[in-house]
Amino acid sequence: MTIDTTAPAIELKGISKAFGPVQANKDISIRVMPGTIHGIIGENGAGKSTLMSILYGFYKADKGDIFIGGQKTEIPDSQAAIASGIGMVFQHFKLVENFTVLENIILGAEDGRLLKPSLAKARKSLLELAAEYELNVDPDALIGEIGVGMQQRVEILKALYRQADILILDEPTGVLTPSEADQLFRILGRLREEGKTIILITHKLREIMEATDTVSVMRRGEMTATVKTADTSPEELAELMVGRKVLLHVDKNSPTLGDVVLDVQNLRVVDEQGVERLKSISLNVRAGEILGIAGVAGNGQSELLEVLGGYADGTGSVTLNNEAIDLTGKYSNGKTRRARGIAHVPEDRQREGLIMDYSAWENTAFGYHDDPAYQSGIFINNTAIRQDTEEKMARFDVRPPNPHLSAKNFSGGNQQKIVLAREIERNPDLLLIGQPTRGVDIGAIEFIHQQIVALRDQGKAILLVSVELEEILSLSDRVAVMFDGRIMGERAVGETNEKELGLMMAGVET
Amino acid sequence: MDVMPKWAEVVLVPLISLLLAAILSGLVILAIGEDPIAALKLMIDGALGSTYGWGYTLYYATNFMFTGLAVSVAFHARLFNIGGEGQAMLGGLGVALACLFIPWPHWSLGLLGAIVLAGAFGAVWAAVPAYLQAKRGSHIVITTIMFNFIAAAVLNYMLVNVLRPKGAMDPATARFPEAVHLPSLHDILAPIGISFSKAAPANVSLLVAIIACVLVWLLIWRTKLGYEIRAYGHSESAAKYAGISPVKITMIAMIISGALAGMMAINNVMGEAERLVLNATEGAGFIGIAVALMGRSHPLGVFIAAILFGFLYQGGAELALWTSIPRELIVVIQALVILFTGALDNMVRMPLERIFLALRKEGN
Repeated sequence: MTIDTTAPAIELKGISKAFGPVQANKDISIRVMPGTIHGIIGENGAGKSTLMSILYGFYKADKGDIFIGGQKTEIPDSQAAIASGIGMVFQHFKLVENFTVLENIILGAEDGRLLKPSLAKARKSLLELAAEYELNVDPDALIGEIGVGMQQRVEILKALYRQADILILDEPTGVLTPSEADQLFRILGRLREEGKTIILITHKLREIMEATDTVSVMRRGEMTATVKTADTSPEELAELMVGRKVLLHVDKNSPTLGDVVLDVQNLRVVDEQGVERLKSISLNVRAGEILGIAGVAGNGQSELLEVLGGYADGTGSVTLNNEAIDLTGKYSNGKTRRARGIAHVPEDRQREGLIMDYSAWENTAFGYHDDPAYQSGIFINNTAIRQDTEEKMARFDVRPPNPHLSAKNFSGGNQQKIVLAREIERNPDLLLIGQPTRGVDIGAIEFIHQQIVALRDQGKAILLVSVELEEILSLSDRVAVMFDGRIMGERAVGETNEKELGLMMAGVET
Repeated sequence: MDVMPKWAEVVLVPLISLLLAAILSGLVILAIGEDPIAALKLMIDGALGSTYGWGYTLYYATNFMFTGLAVSVAFHARLFNIGGEGQAMLGGLGVALACLFIPWPHWSLGLLGAIVLAGAFGAVWAAVPAYLQAKRGSHIVITTIMFNFIAAAVLNYMLVNVLRPKGAMDPATARFPEAVHLPSLHDILAPIGISFSKAAPANVSLLVAIIACVLVWLLIWRTKLGYEIRAYGHSESAAKYAGISPVKITMIAMIISGALAGMMAINNVMGEAERLVLNATEGAGFIGIAVALMGRSHPLGVFIAAILFGFLYQGGAELALWTSIPRELIVVIQALVILFTGALDNMVRMPLERIFLALRKEGN
């Protein structure tokens, strides 16, 4: 395919797409020049993914045209997208774990009925690609046995093998350590030098500033601006994304430390398959302190929260205010934990923290439905719960403030506020909080961070788990880094930096 | 936001499904050379045209209310209790034992005793698969189906070898004593001046079934236990987070479900046959699944759907009696109703949702 370098690699004109009453994309026009890295940034639900799905043939736009290399192109399905030279690297990799790298690369692009010639051809071109773009992977390694950074390379190679000139990457750094992310951006830079066009979808301002040439901002289905990255600042982008000025940094005083509230000694968790998920962890959190647990997702943080929250079994010793907590058996569950003063905002609010089909008021009672204030005789006192919910919704500015609406009908940020209000308003001694702002719009992030800091200033202990290093650094007083089920080390926030923590997250002893 | 208003969701969708099933049934009747309009008239006349017809319709409906509620309660915890049939059979055994071996002074006490024993037998029969599901992960659909067969075999054995009176030829218990004969609707309505057919089997169990509907509604939507059952049904992971024990909820939901299915026996065994015979349940346990599906697992929906299926049963029997339409065709019609209201729900829902969306857009 010949590329006319003066024409945009991709041009979208007046793309609109509605899902029922929701206008996901509203009259969007964008030009992506060849040989550039073009960032698309926006909050969750701003319409980024919908737009890319239209470009990749998953959805059909209601209105609008797509031009590729200056030519009007119809993209009815992903086959057509691939044929037009578009490759997509999804947030969740589409790889077969027990196939080799090579087998994954030819999957769906086999040349004939026999596998062998395809594999041989792929091996040859894989080596060429590897040399050309410095994308080294072992073609015979099993996907399940290589790291996520490598898996992502395989995804990129898959696209390149299909002769993609345009690469779309959807939130590519979500699962990467900072150093893996840096490597990815180096690869992307190399691809750009070779004339490839890259569209980078992310909600992280830092990545946009670091990696892109141009950036388009989306808000509520509309393209609010397209600017040269060099001419803008994170503050300006945040404002464009949210529609008002936002505080990117958390204002907080130095902590007033109290006694040790949570003390964990030699905590071990072995999962159902017999894999040791937590390998003898010891840590403590004091009153008035936020302990941040940093780490790439899947290194035992979830298990730590689950066992402390009472719904996974563990061994070892855990005390709260110097009194032991059962880690197995009848008295180890969410209810008994709450009774002891442990509140828990779980990592995955849609699977754990909320019942999506329950109304906001039913969710406000969730986990605390034994509370005598919520009962009247043998029945549940719905009126009392509703009143309580209305008050909580007002204090946490949940929108819309309608306690009868199902949880699934609130935005991510408002869902999180419902959970947060439920847990924080119980005045717990210890708050466990996982990924407090995942899938939460920037406007709500500010509010949620303030609430967490306010709770700490009331002298409560907070254990914060987040895969966003920035969030850990801006909220925590102390940071512990987890890798492979162990604590790699602990640092006071003032005495460390992203680089050191990043190395620890990758398992390097420092 | 919900796409459709609630009334459309609960009334319009089932109604249209029903209409489609009726039209298709009409075509089938036409195809075998009968007049569908006449057939429909015959069904309505036979099931609803006299107090005799109503008596049968309500009798069947009482069975379906119990089994429909049973399936609904389990379904709120996302457990498919396919074992209503077996649980109702065991309930029949409980009723027979209560009526035959305890000398009740009055039918009302006998009824209470029979309810307790029927419920207990049904509950035990559901508790075993529930335990296997909760503790061992054996799928409840498979185990409850298997328990239907075991129940049939147990009943067979009990009737042939244990409970059959000496010298009797058919595998059935002796007739229950006069004291535990339940008042029929005729007996109940006569004092207030309403004359109701004496021959029809509908009896005081209907009132028990209606009370059960109300109690189940209270349980599911007004108590902590109901809240936990629904929470577990919606999301097991969230239930675990909240400290709701999956084992406990599975056991309790299935025990309540089994007890409700078992209680059906006060209607068919105690109220109608007044002795326990083989195959007393006549498939009502399975119809309960359709009733719960159509009633959206809501007690009011179950109540209405049960009466509809009672109508289909009784109307169908009349049809078989008076026309050359074979009895099997009634099963076809029932199957069509189940197919449209249960399995093909989305076929009606999707276009309706689209219509409502379009209407709303215009409104804006």
